[in-house]
Amino acid sequence: MNVVAQSVLVVEGLSKSFRGLNALDSVSLNVQSGEILGLMGPNGAGKSVFINVVTGLYPADAGTIHYGGRNVTGLASYELARLGIARTYQNIRLLRRMTVLENVLVATKEHIDRPLRSFCVWNQRSFVTAAKRLLEQFHLVDKSDWLAGSLAYGEARRLEIARALAGKPSLLFLDEPAAGMNERETEELSSTIRASHKFVEAIVIIEHDVAMMRNLPHRLIVLDSGRKIAEGRPNDVLAQSNVIEAYFGTDGTDD
Amino acid sequence: MMQDYIVFVGVNMVLAWSVYVILLAGSLSFANGGFMAIGAYASGVLTVKFGMPLIPAALIAGLIAGAVGVLVGFPALRTRGIYLMLVTVGITVSVKAVIESIDYVGGIQGFGGMVGTRPWHVIALVILVGCGLWFLSKSPLQRILDAVREDELSAASLGINTVYVKLVCLGVGAFLAAVAGSFYAHHLIHVTPDQFGIVVSVFIVLYAVLGGTNNMWGPPIGGVIMTLIPEVVRGLESWRPTAFGVIILVLLLIRPDGLLAFRDVTTRAKKIW
Repeated sequence: MNVVAQSVLVVEGLSKSFRGLNALDSVSLNVQSGEILGLMGPNGAGKSVFINVVTGLYPADAGTIHYGGRNVTGLASYELARLGIARTYQNIRLLRRMTVLENVLVATKEHIDRPLRSFCVWNQRSFVTAAKRLLEQFHLVDKSDWLAGSLAYGEARRLEIARALAGKPSLLFLDEPAAGMNERETEELSSTIRASHKFVEAIVIIEHDVAMMRNLPHRLIVLDSGRKIAEGRPNDVLAQSNVIEAYFGTDGTDD
Repeated sequence: MMQDYIVFVGVNMVLAWSVYVILLAGSLSFANGGFMAIGAYASGVLTVKFGMPLIPAALIAGLIAGAVGVLVGFPALRTRGIYLMLVTVGITVSVKAVIESIDYVGGIQGFGGMVGTRPWHVIALVILVGCGLWFLSKSPLQRILDAVREDELSAASLGINTVYVKLVCLGVGAFLAAVAGSFYAHHLIHVTPDQFGIVVSVFIVLYAVLGGTNNMWGPPIGGVIMTLIPEVVRGLESWRPTAFGVIILVLLLIRPDGLLAFRDVTTRAKKIW
């Protein structure tokens, strides 16, 4: 009971299948307040499906999701976002034809919650100041007036995280933020994520990069074929034989 | 006659804006000819059969069309892109068919007796709608609409209720088209269902697209030009429709994003603060 009280998110028996293929097979896990939780697994293990179900993109076939003590199973993605569950996408979904500043401003919670009333908001200075402060933390303030579509890859990743934080979420999902990045960029991203951690209660990060997942999360969960196969401290989990088998093949040398 | 020009140009400007408002949230509507018909007939019944003054009748007609837009839009907005477009085509076609079958408003013979539109009615409407859209373009709501128009999935993950936003835009667009339709009908005195068919819907979309849809000034400019071109080429007699068509094609070829599309989003964004 105590564990539940400290959990931001409690997922129980979550299942999702696509045309008979079990993408998620009764996955249960909880995200605790104050932690960065890593979620890893080989391709097709169900990591992205997990995020997509929890953030309301797909309905779950079975199982329940409790967020902040409240049953949020089946809510639409915009409702979950308003309750404080933010996310980024594996293939970066910025509003490319809007400026960097606009991308952050559009996520301003006050406007999102009451879109029609925002028609009457004349003085936007305080919101612009807040957005610029956020951009500063992500080293993007110099590019405020750039179109989001013209940003370099690493910058676009940072902007997507900054935008997700602009809605003042308490839980942040990052879907493969280091995909396509080199070692140095991954390193930078890790520090960005650590810096983001003070804005939210908990972060769930999906990643392939073993080095990153060894260092960044406080706790690691490994999925394989839609099932949870390991859970614990990153170093312990990555040393488990079934994890090595799922990830690198039986003999531990094959990719 | 000068009065005719003012009324027709003004009505077409507002019609172009009515498509623009719906397009703000990303839906292309071919239903506005139908909404215009609802406005013309509903206000006509109120003024002719019930003796109501024109302006309240036009507003009530606008609300009726807005309600129809929202009711039909709720299921329709679950579809997207070309399917949504086809649904809006269906709205125009069915509105016309329904009106044709109602004897109370004259069926295919049409409905007459509407009078009272003054040029200042239309001018005031253009100014009011223009001011409203200008305020909108400076408000945070514009960005929310831009987000929905560009990427609904992304907008939803930020917490934007995309269906609600699109529905409100459809309702407001229907309202504007119907008010414009009311003034139009009360200038013409007699209207028939034929005047509000799918061709009209296509023309209204053409106004907006020709003028440019990425800022609020493009659509009314398109409306003005498209209203005046047929008059300019009046001397060509039977070649008139051909000349009209050729001019549209040339305009679309030289400015594919619309005549006034030069203001990109960046320029507008900088102007806000």
